[in-house]
Amino acid sequence: MIRFILRRLAQSVPTLFAVVAVNFFLMRLAPGGPFDLERPLAPTAMENLRRVYGLDQPLIVQFGSYLAALARGDLGPSFSFRDMSVLDLIARGLPVSATLGALALALAACLGIGLGTAAALRRGGALDRLLGLGAALTLSLPSFVVAPLLQIVFGLSLRWLPLSGWEGGAPSHLILPVVTLALPQVGALARLTRASLSEVLRTQPVRTMRSLGLPPSRITRHALRGALLPVVAYLAPLAAALLTGSVVVETIFGLPGIGRYFVEGALNRDYTLVMGTVLLVVALVIVLNLIADLACAWLDPRLRNTA
Amino acid sequence: MSATRALAGPAARTLSRLARERVAMVSLTVLILIAPACLFGPALTGHDPTRAYPDLRQLPAGLTAQPDPDHLRPALERLAFRMRTRLDDVARDGDALRLTLSSEAGVDRRSLVYLPRSDLFGEPNVIADTEDGKRLVVAVPLRRLSFPLGTDVHGRDLLTRCLVAGRVSLLIGLIATLVALLIGVGYGATAGFIGGAVDAVMMRLVDVLYALPFVFFVILLLVFFRPSLTLMLVVIGAVEWLDMARIVRAQTLSLRERDFVRAARALGLGTPRIILRHIVPNTFGPVAVAATLLVPRVILLESFLSFLGLGVQEPDTSWGVLIAEGARAIESAPHMLAGPAAFLITTLVALTLIGDGLADAVDPRAD
Repeated sequence: MIRFILRRLAQSVPTLFAVVAVNFFLMRLAPGGPFDLERPLAPTAMENLRRVYGLDQPLIVQFGSYLAALARGDLGPSFSFRDMSVLDLIARGLPVSATLGALALALAACLGIGLGTAAALRRGGALDRLLGLGAALTLSLPSFVVAPLLQIVFGLSLRWLPLSGWEGGAPSHLILPVVTLALPQVGALARLTRASLSEVLRTQPVRTMRSLGLPPSRITRHALRGALLPVVAYLAPLAAALLTGSVVVETIFGLPGIGRYFVEGALNRDYTLVMGTVLLVVALVIVLNLIADLACAWLDPRLRNTA
Repeated sequence: MSATRALAGPAARTLSRLARERVAMVSLTVLILIAPACLFGPALTGHDPTRAYPDLRQLPAGLTAQPDPDHLRPALERLAFRMRTRLDDVARDGDALRLTLSSEAGVDRRSLVYLPRSDLFGEPNVIADTEDGKRLVVAVPLRRLSFPLGTDVHGRDLLTRCLVAGRVSLLIGLIATLVALLIGVGYGATAGFIGGAVDAVMMRLVDVLYALPFVFFVILLLVFFRPSLTLMLVVIGAVEWLDMARIVRAQTLSLRERDFVRAARALGLGTPRIILRHIVPNTFGPVAVAATLLVPRVILLESFLSFLGLGVQEPDTSWGVLIAEGARAIESAPHMLAGPAAFLITTLVALTLIGDGLADAVDPRAD
C-alpha cells in the first residue's frame, strides 16, 4: 500500500514537470509582459524592474532558477501584488476557496448520491422521471445565471442573506456561494449514481440475492458499494476543482479566493502567481486521484491486486 | 424497396426506439424550433441586431407597441431640443401625432429630418405654418415598434440579439464538438485497435491530460493570445476529446476480437481501412450519445468564457455575452438576464434530454 502510494507519487513528477514547462514557456512566449502598463514606464525603470525579477536573463536560465526555487518549495514573488509572495497569496485565498468548496462538495455528494439512489431503485417511477428533468435542468443552469438570481431573490428582494463579501467566513455569507457551486454537481452526481446503480442492479449477483429473498435494504447496500466506483472516480477531480475555487462564483460574490487570484494574475501577466495557482490545482488533482483510487480499492476488492 | 431495406438494421431500430421516448421527442421539437429561429429569425423581427434606439434603452419585455406614452414625451422633448424648437403641443390622432413646434428664430424645416432619423417616427408633413415660420404644425406618423424581450443598455432589440447570439453559440457547440469527435474517435480507435504498448502509452497520455486543470489552460490561452472565435473552437475541441477517446477505445477493444474484423484482416485489409470501415462505424451508438451530451457542455463552456470576457467579442455576440450584460444590469433591468438565459437554458436542457433519450435507445437492454 505504502509502496503503491510512493510509486504513484513518483509517477506524478513527470506530469508536474510537464505542467511547469508548458505553462512557463507558453506564458513567456505570449505577447505582453508583467510591467506593460497603460502608461509605459521609463526605459531605465523598466530595465531595473526586469533585472530585479530576473526577466532580463535568457529564458532557459529563468526556467532553471524557477525550478530550483520550486524544489525548495518557493513559488517566487508575485509580480502584480507588491511585497507579496505567491505563497502568501495562496495562504490568503486557499482557506476561502477550500471552505466554500468543501461545503459545496459535501452538499452535492449527499443530495446527488441520495437522489440518484432513490431514482435507480424505482426506475421509471414518478421520482425518477422528475429527477431526470431536474438533473438535466441543474446541469444546464450556468453558475453565472444562478448566482445573480440568488442575489436578487435572497439578497435584494427578501433581504435574508447578504449580497456579497466574505467577512471572515460568516455563515450567512457562505450560503449563496455554496448553493451556487453545489447545484450543477447535484444533477451530475445524481445522474451518475442512477446510471451506475441501475447497471449493478441488473447483474447476476443482485438477481441471486433477490431470488434468495434477502431484504431489499441489504441488497441496496451491497449494490451501492459497487455502484459508487465511478462516482468516487468522478468526485476526485470535482473536489480539486471545487476546493481551488470558481472564478465566476468568487467574482460575482466578491470573495477573495484562488479563482480570482488566478484570473487577475493571468490578466496582469503575473507569471509566478498564475504558475503557483495552476501547480496548486494539479497537485491537488494528483493527490485526490490517488485517494480516489485507494477508496475504489477499498470498495472493490478485485481492484486491490492490480493497484 | 431500397429505402425500406436501408431502414432495417441497428441504426433504424435505435431511431424507432428514440421516437418512442416522449421527453426526447419534445426536446427535439424544441431544438428544431430554436435552430431555424436563430438562423432566419433576425431577418423577421424588424430590427437590425446592431441598431440602437437611444430613446428606448432597457425597455422591459412586453408586447406593447413602442414608443409607449411613457417614452413618447421625453423622446419628443429631446428631439425638439436638438431641433432648437419648443414643443408647444402634442396631439395624438390614431397612429399619427400632431406636433406644434415654435421658435423665436423661426423653425428650421431642415431640422425636421431629426424626426424620422430617430426611428420612432415616419416622414413628417407640415400642415400649417403661422407667424412667419415661427410656429409650425407638423403631422408625423408614429412607428409602431415591438420589443417582445425588451431592449438592452444601448436600446437594441433583445430578441433579435438573442437570436443572432444563438447562431454563434450553436455554431460553436457544433463545430467544437465535431473537432473533439474527430480527434477522440481517431485517437481512441487507433489506440484500441493497435493495442499493446502503443495503447498503453496513448492512454497513459490521456490519463495525464485528464489530470490537468484545462479550464485554467483555456483561460490562459485566451488571455495571453487575443480571444478569437477560431482560437476558442480549437481550444475547446482540444480539451473535450478525452472522454470521446476513452469511450471509443473501450468499444474498439471489444470489437477487435469480433469475427467480422478478423475476416477483414484475413482478406488482407490494412489497419487504417479496418479502423475506418469496420471499427469506427460500429462505435456509432455510444459515440452519438457522448457527442449529443458534449454539445451542451461546449455551449456552456463557451458562454462561461464569454461571460468572463474571454470568448466571443463585440460586435459579435453569444448567449454568454448577453448573459454577462444582463448580470451587470440585473438591478435595473432583470429582463436583460432573463431573455438570453431562457434561450441558453432551454437549449441546454433540450440537448441533454435528447442525449439521455438516445442513450436509452442505444442500450438494447432498455426494452
